[in-house]
Amino acid sequence: MRADIELRVDGRPCRTTLDTRTSLLDLLRDDLGDTSVKKGCDHGQCGACTVLRDGRRVLACLTLAVTCQGSDVTTAAGLGSAERPHPVQRAFGDHDALQCGYCTPGQVCSAVAVLDEIRDGVPSAVTPDVAGRPELSSAEVAERMSGNLCRCGAYVNIVAAVRDAGREVVGG
Amino acid sequence: MTDVAQLGAIGRDLARRDGWAKITGTAPYAYESPVRRPLFCGPVQATIARGTVTGMDTAAALTVDGVIDVVTPFGAEQLASTSDKELAVLQTTDVAFRGQFIGAVIAESPHAAREAADLVAVTYRTAEHDTRLRPDRDDLYTPDTVAPDFPADTGQGDPDRAMATADVTVQQTYTTPMYHNNPMEPHATTALWDGSDLTLWDSTQGVHPVRAAIAEVFGLDEDRVHVVCPYVGGGFGSKGTPHAHVVLAALAARTIPGRPVKLALTRQQMFSLAGYRTPTIQRVGLAADRSGRLAAVTMDVVEQTSRIKEFAEQTGLPARMMYAAPHRRTTHRLAALDVPVNSWMRAPGECPGMFGPEVAMDELAVSLGMDPIELRVRNEPDVDPESGRPFSSRNLVACLRTGADRFGWAGRDPLPGRRREGDWLVGTGVAASVYPANRMPASTAVIRYQDGRYVAEIGAADLGTGTWTTLAQIAADALDEPVERTEVRIGDTRYPFASVAGGSSGIATWGSAVVEAAREFRRKFGRDPDDGDAAEASLTDNPAASRYSTYAFGAQFAEARVHAGTGEIRVPRLYGVFAAGRIVNPRTARSQFVGGMTMGLSMALFEQSLFDHRFGHVVNHDLAEYHIATNADVPDVRADWLDEHDPHVNPLGTKGIGEIGIVGTAAAVANAVHHATGVRVRDLPVTLDRALPGR
Repeated sequence: MRADIELRVDGRPCRTTLDTRTSLLDLLRDDLGDTSVKKGCDHGQCGACTVLRDGRRVLACLTLAVTCQGSDVTTAAGLGSAERPHPVQRAFGDHDALQCGYCTPGQVCSAVAVLDEIRDGVPSAVTPDVAGRPELSSAEVAERMSGNLCRCGAYVNIVAAVRDAGREVVGG
Repeated sequence: MTDVAQLGAIGRDLARRDGWAKITGTAPYAYESPVRRPLFCGPVQATIARGTVTGMDTAAALTVDGVIDVVTPFGAEQLASTSDKELAVLQTTDVAFRGQFIGAVIAESPHAAREAADLVAVTYRTAEHDTRLRPDRDDLYTPDTVAPDFPADTGQGDPDRAMATADVTVQQTYTTPMYHNNPMEPHATTALWDGSDLTLWDSTQGVHPVRAAIAEVFGLDEDRVHVVCPYVGGGFGSKGTPHAHVVLAALAARTIPGRPVKLALTRQQMFSLAGYRTPTIQRVGLAADRSGRLAAVTMDVVEQTSRIKEFAEQTGLPARMMYAAPHRRTTHRLAALDVPVNSWMRAPGECPGMFGPEVAMDELAVSLGMDPIELRVRNEPDVDPESGRPFSSRNLVACLRTGADRFGWAGRDPLPGRRREGDWLVGTGVAASVYPANRMPASTAVIRYQDGRYVAEIGAADLGTGTWTTLAQIAADALDEPVERTEVRIGDTRYPFASVAGGSSGIATWGSAVVEAAREFRRKFGRDPDDGDAAEASLTDNPAASRYSTYAFGAQFAEARVHAGTGEIRVPRLYGVFAAGRIVNPRTARSQFVGGMTMGLSMALFEQSLFDHRFGHVVNHDLAEYHIATNADVPDVRADWLDEHDPHVNPLGTKGIGEIGIVGTAAAVANAVHHATGVRVRDLPVTLDRALPGR
C-alpha cells in the first residue's frame, strides 16, 4: 500500500509517495538521500538514527514514515552551520566526543533533546527527587544518553560535551 | 633516530579535522557513496550449519516488484581465484557454516531485495555439524603458525619440573567467550563495474589490501580496481580484511553492468559474516619462590578456527615476553569447527592473552601475601625473555608506580572482602597492559604543493583514530611548515600504497612514509616550490627493529563495587597509565586510550556471543542481546601517559595506541571484583551470578 506524505526535513519541505511500511530512517536515507541520519541496527537498539521530530527525539528506524505527515524533522545536519554551530555541536568538537563518527549524529540529536528535557524538568531513572528539578549532573546526562551506543568508547567525552553545552542551553 | 627536527605540530592538542563532517553526519560512509540510480543487494543465507544446497527456487522472489535478478551458486560466474574459501562466494553448493551466503537478490529498492531474499525457497541435504570447542577434544591440532606468523609453541628450560618443585604455584584455567567486533557502522559495500574496471566504495581499514584481495578473486590487474573509503564507522579489526559481502556485492553488480549495487549487512548478519574473536581456554601456570620471583610461566591455549579458513589467534604471545622466568612453555591448539570465519579483533592475541596470566599474577600475589604491583616489579626482565634482545624502551614499572600514585593505591589492604559501604562491597585491582610497537614493511606517500598548501597523499585509513589530523601534524613538522598549511588526502587507492590500519601500526608506518616523502620533496624542490611540484617516497628499513624488542606498556587500575545482596557489579573508576612513545595529538590519543579501556570494561562485564550448538548460530545476534557498555556503565575512565622517548622504533618515536587500551582491562576488573568480594572469577564476563559472594 502506498501513501502520499508531506513533511519538513531540516526546514526543507518534502513531498513523496511511499510504501506505508517504510521507516522514517529509510525514507530519509534511501528515498530523500539525507544520510546524516545513520543506520546502526534498524531495530531501535543503538540510537544511531536518532532525529528530532517536532523537537522531541525519536528513533527513525522505529518510526513509520507515514506517521510523520506534517512533521518537522531535524537531523544533525540541520542543527547549525560551521559558522554558527549549535552549542552541542561545538561542544562535541571541543571535547573530542567522537571517534569513528558513525553514532555521532544520533548522539548529537539525542543530546539536544536531553538538554531540553532537563530544562523542562523531565525526570529520569536516576533523578533523586522526581518532583524536583533534575540537575545537569554527569549521572543524569549518562543515564539519559544511554540509548545511544558508541563502540569507540567516547562516553566520558560525550558526557563532558553535553554538560558543557548544557551550561549554555539550560544554564547553571 | 627520532629525527624529525622541528617539533611544532606534533604533540599539539588539536581538534580532529573531520570533526564537523562527522558531527553533522555529512561525512560519507560506504553505503552513502555518491552514485546514481543504485540497485540493492539482498543476500540469501544458509539456514543449516553444514551440508549441501540441493535446490533454490527463485520464482516467488522474481515476482516481487522491483526485483531484477537472483544470483545463486547454480548460475553464478566462476571466480578466478577460490583459494581463500571465505571469499569464494557462490562457487560451491557446500554449506560450511550457518549464515553463509548462498545467493543474492538484486532489486531496485532495499526493501524489495530483502523481501525477495526471504522468498527464495532453498532445499538442502543436511550433514551433521560440529561446533563445540572443548579442551578434551581428540582432534585438536597445532597450527603451523599463529597469527600473523609466530610459532605456535615455544619452550625454555623445564617448566614442569619447576612447577613441581616451586614454593608457590598457581595452576588455573581461564576462559574468554566468543566476541563480536560490532563497529557501529555495519559492513557495507557499493560496487560498480565499468567494463572490466571495478569501483568499490567499501567500509574498510585498508583500501589497498581490499584492492589486492578483490583483484585476485576476480582475476583483474590491480589497477583495474579502485577502492574508496574516506570514513570508516569503526572496524576494530573486523574491517581489516575483506569479508564475503565485498565479493557478493561485486558479483551482483557484474550482472548489471553500469549500475552500482549497494550491499549493507544487517546487524544480525554481522554475527556470521564479519569475523569475530574465537573463544579461548587458557591453562595458565605460574611457579615462584617465597620472594615472588618467578621460576616458570606456562600458557596452554585452546581455541577454534573455522574449517574453511584457518585463523589462529596468537593468545599465548604476551606470556612469552611479559615477565622474567627461566622456565617457560606456551602452546596453541586449535579445533576446526563448522562455524563462521573468525578473524582480527582489537588487540588480537594480547587482549584475550593478558586476561588469564594477569589474573593468575593476582592469584599468585594473594598466595604470597604480596602486593600485586610489587610482584610484577620483582619479575621485570632485563631483556626480552623470548628473544634475548633488549627492549627499545620498557616503562612498565614506571606505569605501575605512577598509576598507583595517582589512583590512590598506597595503604591498600590486600585482604579480599573487607571493605563495605552500605550494601556494596568495594575493592581495587590492577593489571598490566602490553602491545607490540608494530610497523608494516611497506607504505608510500606523496607530498604535493598545490594552491599555496602542502598536501600529503597516502591510501591510509581513519577509523576514528585521528589519521586525518595526525598525518597533517606529521607532514607539517617534516616539512617545517605550519600545520594550517598542510592538508591530507587518504582512503582511496588513487593515492599511493598504504598498509592496513591494523596492529596499531598506522602512524608508525604511514607517518614514516610521509616523513620520507617530505624529505624527498625538500631535496628536489627546496623551500620555494612551484605550484604542482610533487615528490613520492617510501618507507625505508629500520635496522634498529631487528636489534630491539619493541613494545608499548601500560598499567590499568579498577575500582569495583559489588552489591552484597544481588551481586550487581559496577566499576565507578578505571584509570590507565601508558608508555607508548611520542604522542602526536594528545586529544585524539586520549580518546583512543580511553576508548580501548571502555571496550575492555565492556569485555570485563558484559560481552559474550552465545552460540547455539544445535543450530550453529549466535543466539544474541543484535545489540539488544549482545551487550556492550552504555554511557551509564562508564562513569569515570581516565588515561594518562608517560613522556617516553624511544629512539629506535621509527623516525617519529611513536608506538601504536589503538589497541593497548583494551589489553589488561578485564583482568584489572576481575582482580578488583576479587578484592571486593573474595570471589575469584576466571571466566569472562564477570557477571553477577559468578561474582556473588557465597554462591
